[in-house]
Amino acid sequence: MILLTQEPLNPDDAVRHVMTRADGACVQFVGVVRDHSRGRAVTGLEYQVYLPMAEAQMRRIVDEVRNRWGLACAILHRYGPIPVGEAAVVVCVAGAHRGEAFDACRWAIDTLKAEVPIWKKEFAADGTYWIEGDESLPATTTNDPAP
Amino acid sequence: MATLTESTTASPGGRNGAGVTVRVLLFGHYRDAVEAAGGDASGALQLELPPGATVRDVADALTAREPRLGDLLARTRVAVRAEFADPETPLEEGDEVAFLPPMSGG
Repeated sequence: MILLTQEPLNPDDAVRHVMTRADGACVQFVGVVRDHSRGRAVTGLEYQVYLPMAEAQMRRIVDEVRNRWGLACAILHRYGPIPVGEAAVVVCVAGAHRGEAFDACRWAIDTLKAEVPIWKKEFAADGTYWIEGDESLPATTTNDPAP
Repeated sequence: MATLTESTTASPGGRNGAGVTVRVLLFGHYRDAVEAAGGDASGALQLELPPGATVRDVADALTAREPRLGDLLARTRVAVRAEFADPETPLEEGDEVAFLPPMSGG
C-alpha cells in the first residue's frame, strides 16, 4: 500500500493494511513535524512533491521489501503544509518475527529519504528555508504554513 | 522581459521534426529562482531544443537565462519521464525533464 495525500495521515490504516493472522510483529515508523531544526525554532513545514515519480519510487520500496524480506509494507506520505505535531510519513512493516520487521522498516524509511522526490520547506522563526539533503537554503517564496 | 519560455534555437522543433519541445520541472530553491525569473508558479516551463538535445543542453539553456541555475547538474539528480536519467540522456519530443535537488522527505 502506498498513499500520497494532503490530508492528515492515519497510522492505523497502515497497520490494518499490512497485518495478517500469520504476523507476530508489526513495526511502524511515524515521522512527525517537530518544533525545532538545526538550532532554529520551527512553526511548520511544507512538503513539495514530484507526484508521479514519488508514487513510482514508493511502490518500488514496497516491492523491494516484499522481494528481499518477504514482508508486507505500507508507506504513507503527506504533502503540502503540515503543522508541528502532525505526521508527515508513516512506514509500516509486518512479519512473523520482530528482527526482520525492524530491519525492513529501517531500510524502507532510509531509502525513502534518499530516493523519493519530496522536499521540505521549513518555516522558522528567522525565515523560510528549503531543506535539500544536509543543506538549508533561504526560500524566496514566503507563503505561511496553514494553521 | 525575457522569459524562460522563449525558444532556445532559431529553428525550433515541432511538426517538421527539426527539434524537440520538452517540459522542464524544477524543485526546492531552484523553483523559487525560476519563478523570480519569470517562470510560472508550478515550476514547469517549456523549452524548445535542437535535434539530439540532451539533459545537459536543458541545464545549459536554463543557466543562460538564470545564473542561479548554474549549479543544477552539480547539485541535482535528473529524471526523464519520471525515471532517473543522466546528463547525457537524449530527449524526445514531449519528454518531461526534472532536476531533483538532494531529497528531504520523511
